[in-house]
Amino acid sequence: MSLLRITSPHAHGPLSTTRVMQTVLLATLPGVAALVWFFGPGVLVNIAVTSFFAIAFEAAVLKLRGRPVLRTLDDHSAVVTATLLAIALPPYAPWWLLAVGAAASILLAKQLYGGLGYNPFNPAMVGYVVLLISFPVQMSTWAAPRGLAAEVPGLVDALQACFIPASFDGATMATPLDILRQNSDQSLAALYAGTPQLGAWGGVGWQWVSLGFLAGGLWMLYRGIFTWHAPVAMLAALAALAALFYDGGGPGSGGSPLFHLLSGATMFGAFFIVTDPVSSAVSTRGRLIYGALIGVLIYLIRTRGNYPDAVAFAVLIMNFAAPFIDYYTQPRSYGHARGDRP
Amino acid sequence: MRRVHTFHGGIHPPEHKAQSLQAPIQPAGIPPQLVLPLAQHIGAPAQPVVRAGQAVRGGELLAEADGFVSVPVHAPTSGTVSAIEERPVPHPSGLSAPCIVIDTDGADTWLPPAPLAAAERADQTRLRECIQGAGIAGMGGAGFPTAVKLSPGPGKAIDTLIINGTECEPYITADDSLMRERAGDIVAGTRILAELLAPRDILIGVEDNKPEAIAALQAAADSTMEVVVFPTKYPSGGEKQLIEILLGKQVPSGGIPADIGVVCQNVGTAVAVHEAVARGRPLVSRVTTVTGEAVTRPGNYEVLLGTPMGWLLEQAGVDPDRARRLIMGGPMMGFSIPAPECPVVKTTNCLLVPTEAELPTPPPAQACIRCGLCAEACPATLLPQQLYWFARGKEYDKLEGHNLFDCIECGACSYVCPSHIPLVQYYRASKAEIIARRREAEKADHARERFEARQARMERLAAEREAKRAERKKAAEAKARAKARAAATEGAETVDGAQAAADEDPIQAAIERAKARKAALAAGDAGEPADRVAKLTANVDAIAKRLAAAREKLESYDGGEAPVAEALKRGVEKTADKLAKAEAELREAREGVSEEA
Repeated sequence: MSLLRITSPHAHGPLSTTRVMQTVLLATLPGVAALVWFFGPGVLVNIAVTSFFAIAFEAAVLKLRGRPVLRTLDDHSAVVTATLLAIALPPYAPWWLLAVGAAASILLAKQLYGGLGYNPFNPAMVGYVVLLISFPVQMSTWAAPRGLAAEVPGLVDALQACFIPASFDGATMATPLDILRQNSDQSLAALYAGTPQLGAWGGVGWQWVSLGFLAGGLWMLYRGIFTWHAPVAMLAALAALAALFYDGGGPGSGGSPLFHLLSGATMFGAFFIVTDPVSSAVSTRGRLIYGALIGVLIYLIRTRGNYPDAVAFAVLIMNFAAPFIDYYTQPRSYGHARGDRP
Repeated sequence: MRRVHTFHGGIHPPEHKAQSLQAPIQPAGIPPQLVLPLAQHIGAPAQPVVRAGQAVRGGELLAEADGFVSVPVHAPTSGTVSAIEERPVPHPSGLSAPCIVIDTDGADTWLPPAPLAAAERADQTRLRECIQGAGIAGMGGAGFPTAVKLSPGPGKAIDTLIINGTECEPYITADDSLMRERAGDIVAGTRILAELLAPRDILIGVEDNKPEAIAALQAAADSTMEVVVFPTKYPSGGEKQLIEILLGKQVPSGGIPADIGVVCQNVGTAVAVHEAVARGRPLVSRVTTVTGEAVTRPGNYEVLLGTPMGWLLEQAGVDPDRARRLIMGGPMMGFSIPAPECPVVKTTNCLLVPTEAELPTPPPAQACIRCGLCAEACPATLLPQQLYWFARGKEYDKLEGHNLFDCIECGACSYVCPSHIPLVQYYRASKAEIIARRREAEKADHARERFEARQARMERLAAEREAKRAERKKAAEAKARAKARAAATEGAETVDGAQAAADEDPIQAAIERAKARKAALAAGDAGEPADRVAKLTANVDAIAKRLAAAREKLESYDGGEAPVAEALKRGVEKTADKLAKAEAELREAREGVSEEA
């Protein structure tokens, strides 16, 4: 017999990085389905085109770096980054916007730092912020949701919007977050009554999209892809601040907790961005702090800032702080007294 | 019911225990040759007391313990010692080690057993000697000499004796079958251990996946001991983890269980103690699980120590074409055996022969995505992925700061890692590197201390010399003063100035003496010419010798320090000058002599 000599452990669990990434992709389905229903198939074109660019950029850089291209692409991480970025972008974005976003995510945020596992910032959020700062007009053009728009664009329209942007003329509308931020004189009740986009809780369409991402997130939690700490801390902190500054729903109110939880990218961010293990804090205590501070920043930027949403900035700022949080939340090892610090 | 605790992390790998539990323990038989390593335990290897060619009977002493942390080796059956030589042994290093080789005769004749009499058993020293003398070392896997653990030393009272029947590793069922079939022996052995330690509590810990073993133990246990059942989780059987499960206490980092009043012994060890004390039988065999999908007759075998693994695998029907690895121990902490010639030793609880499909060759590692699953699985509450990054960056201080040495190498982190990173391998390599560095540092410290000690000694000697000199000077001055006083009072003798100066200072005196000699030599002019020639000849010879010595020194000097070489060179030149002068003088003197003649 020719015996293989390797050190222990010899057994290995069933999980692999590829499986983790596939699970994340599957978990986006309910949210993406809701997006397609309410805003049309733009998001699907976004995902396809961004993924194409992301894979092309990743393959090119891996080749330049002399890394095994196919084996590395097999981890699916480029597609995950592209999908998350594409979901965050407005549907019916032109192809060049998607290409620039993919380049910023894959080239700038990921491969320049050394590839998967080495990036200090969430690549999808870097791509999003680069686009938001560079192309504010395109980035704040959101389609009107089903029920409010005359008709929801079809697949041909979506392809047209992407590849021949000049010929596309879809109905656009301010997002619920914009509406609330620009309000200064109406009470919340009056605002909701006078603005059909706000719907019942988080905005027509938006609330269902959020619930879709919540469902996908809970499924990943069940599958053990991540722990509950960071997303729950983030949602709890955001809801707590919203409750604290609800102000009885008067004109100065920042919006109800339910509005903040179900509007914008809250759920998507909580379960698909904040849980990105590479750029977040490591220990469970660290992830609680990390998530909670993201929740606080989201609320502050949403109510005091000037951008359509705050998740990307909040996450990137906390990416900076993650190593610092890790340093102070090192768990007590077996057999050590509490507070033992090297 | 005792409240059981839990420990951080842990994993639930597939157990694979059923296949080796289909039949009771069966004897493996006597192989044609036994290979008995002298070190089957932690500590000093045993010293052989037999020689090649000697006939031995079963139970006969082959090698005696070498010190306190060591145990002897006995003959497992009768036969002839054919060699004492290096043979491949089961060790992670894969190196060979000295072994006693016995060609068995098949007759299996034994020395008459000598169990301890009741009176001897009452003597604790005698009882410990008996346990050490029977060659018993921990049979759970580590192989630490049992008698040492039974001597916790003064000031370390043992509250709790834990008998470890956890067997948390997948595949292994040696302890399980022992508990099912020999629960009485385990309880009897436990009683003996308790006699030595006098604990308040005796706990037998078993995972809840062994209901038959639990039932057998509960039936056999007496009122002094408690069988504690707890949920199955790997690595519950780790000594530190088991202590936390049963007592809710943690062994301090770097310490041993006795520090918190606990001693753990494996169920197999308890049986061996019982065999030694009550039946007078030294440790010459053990129960080993032979399992894995490449084994056609998996099961638990009572194997003579020293049995070549290949022979045992043949008995169990291993298909060599399907066997991909040979692992001693379980799939989590066992190590791969390079060659089937390696013998079964006191710590061989399992031989696992998996097929490629069963335990596939690990794929190439992917990038760490910091998912943190390893930190959730770590039973020592470490941050395995931080350790991994530090290990890759060779940041040894940070590794120690993140408690690398509290890692028990259980493999839970590697098991869960989705990127298939061989984390434990990184930790082992880093530990070895840190230990090597510590040794280097110790050596350097030692050398520095020696240098400093030498420096101090030289300074002390110099100071002593100086003190002596000062004392002599003082004495001389006193003497001179006394003399001067004497001269003043007597007023007769005149004191020679040079003499007085010489009295004051020995160096001055030496200079004076040399001056006097030179003067005498010069004064030789006035003396006998023949005498003068002889004196000058001697002088020339002496200077020539000095010159030769100086030249040699200059030539052999290769220190490369220019000033030193320069000085040596000057010395040679000066001596050469002197020699020329002396020779000239000698010639003159000779001429004078011949003229006179």
